[in-house]
Amino acid sequence: MKKLINNAEDVTVEQLRGFDRAHADIDVQFDPNFVAVAGGAKDRVAVISGGGSGHEPLHGGFVGMGMLDAACPGQVFTSPTPDQMYAAGKAVAGDKGILQIVKNYTGDVLNFQMAADLLRDDGIEVRNVIIDDDVALKDSLYTAGRRGLGTTLIAEKVCGAASREGYDLNQMAALCRKVNTYGKSMGMALTSCTTPQNGKPSFDLGADEMEIGIGIHGEPGVERSKIKTADKITEALATRILTDEAYTRELSEWDADKGDWVEVETTDITFAKGDEVIAIVNGMGGTPLSELYTVYAKLAEIADQHGISIVRNLVGNYITSLEMAGMSITLVKVDEEILRFYDAPVKTPALRWGV
Amino acid sequence: MPLDNLTADMLRAWINRAADVLSANRTYLSDLDSPIGDADHGNNMDRGFTAARTALPDGNDAGAVLKSVAMTLISKVGGAAGPLYGTFFLEASKVLTGHTEVDGAILAKSVEAGIAGVKKRGKSDICMKTMLDALVPAGDVLSQHLETKSDISAALIIAAQAAQEGATNTIPMLAQRGRASYLGARSIGHQDPGATSSALILQALADTVAET
Repeated sequence: MKKLINNAEDVTVEQLRGFDRAHADIDVQFDPNFVAVAGGAKDRVAVISGGGSGHEPLHGGFVGMGMLDAACPGQVFTSPTPDQMYAAGKAVAGDKGILQIVKNYTGDVLNFQMAADLLRDDGIEVRNVIIDDDVALKDSLYTAGRRGLGTTLIAEKVCGAASREGYDLNQMAALCRKVNTYGKSMGMALTSCTTPQNGKPSFDLGADEMEIGIGIHGEPGVERSKIKTADKITEALATRILTDEAYTRELSEWDADKGDWVEVETTDITFAKGDEVIAIVNGMGGTPLSELYTVYAKLAEIADQHGISIVRNLVGNYITSLEMAGMSITLVKVDEEILRFYDAPVKTPALRWGV
Repeated sequence: MPLDNLTADMLRAWINRAADVLSANRTYLSDLDSPIGDADHGNNMDRGFTAARTALPDGNDAGAVLKSVAMTLISKVGGAAGPLYGTFFLEASKVLTGHTEVDGAILAKSVEAGIAGVKKRGKSDICMKTMLDALVPAGDVLSQHLETKSDISAALIIAAQAAQEGATNTIPMLAQRGRASYLGARSIGHQDPGATSSALILQALADTVAET
């Protein structure tokens, strides 16, 4: 293992120290660890997310004006714990409540739900929306369900803007769920990655092999094959996303009237000719931008062929897996509401425009 | 020697022993997690139980000991294991609250409550390749044994054996919960790390009580 670290056990805290020094307008709190926008969100709905470290800039890099109000980083590839989400919620939220945006990984879901229960006991209203946009997984009956990938980024951007426009908690939750059902993603890896604590690659991948359908925690994907050209790989992922059938599953959400978590049947859209989308070509951390643009060229061509109009795009490293080489593609269908909030001003370490 | 009651001191000794065992098995558990998860289970359990040992409260209330363990694990383990083990100890502690002497019937009820909590929090049950594949058979054996006999020590020894067999039985299973479920058929042939840590923790309890 060759890494710029001092002590494997301290990597999360040490990177937060650097983040704190680098970004004066963001508060970094330790023990429990969280990153919060200076001044909090007392007069509007607070938007909070979090997840394991190792995916930077997600989520801390998206804390700031127009996006997240707080982010809770766990250990590398390990979900944050409820005391973090509880402390972050108490620090930033007022009486308008908290929207939690949670990627669908078992640890993240369970820890955020426990935190929501603790905050609610303190009289703070919480809605918890799960992002599960990874089309690599076909069904949810025999798995923990589709994972959360790039749609998370769009949900955080759009909901951050909606909060500043005065949306209430239920409107925010409805908007976030809409974004989730409008977004589909799929990823692939050329190499594995190594967590500092573990010191060796999370999975073994031959020199001429690639892994299709990876998540972002160093877990292997759904199929392995010999490496192909950038065009062929892009085509495989884009076609899977564009032809993915409507996906129906049950997602947990808090029912304020019943006072309990309930399972709500949720169905995704399918993409159709004439749709307008935001496209993300996301690097996994170890792939140069030049290669991501090669992927984007093919993605744009395929979108044209399907009659899909890419109205906004992001090409770069947004949701990474340490030093993994590879990429993921995300397409999120937009309507007037989503696009307006996407275009609204944002000023965070990793995403800024309109300011 | 036959034993009729558990005390808060024994529960503290159990958590101390479990912390030692999980620390010694840290690499083993993370290696089990590597092919079907994200290779951090041993690190997380070691960190959590080391913290739980440090935070153990004094006093004679058996419930207070396990409640402290629960709250520490919830905040220190992370992943799915944190809330699941936290829920196990939290639900188990509720049954023990107010008891300074825990007899076999209360112990069995406490373990059953812990297992029921894990099932609800994880929306899971046996044969899905999770910690429940170790906990459920151990809980069943414990309850059956303690229904007819009062010797807690003997009951825990066979319960720990059942947990160990349950962990081994996860090898041919197809994972249906947690990160391993994303692998589909590729999850077959690997022992579940959560079931393995559960078996180690129950073995630590049986060994602690046997030495008393």
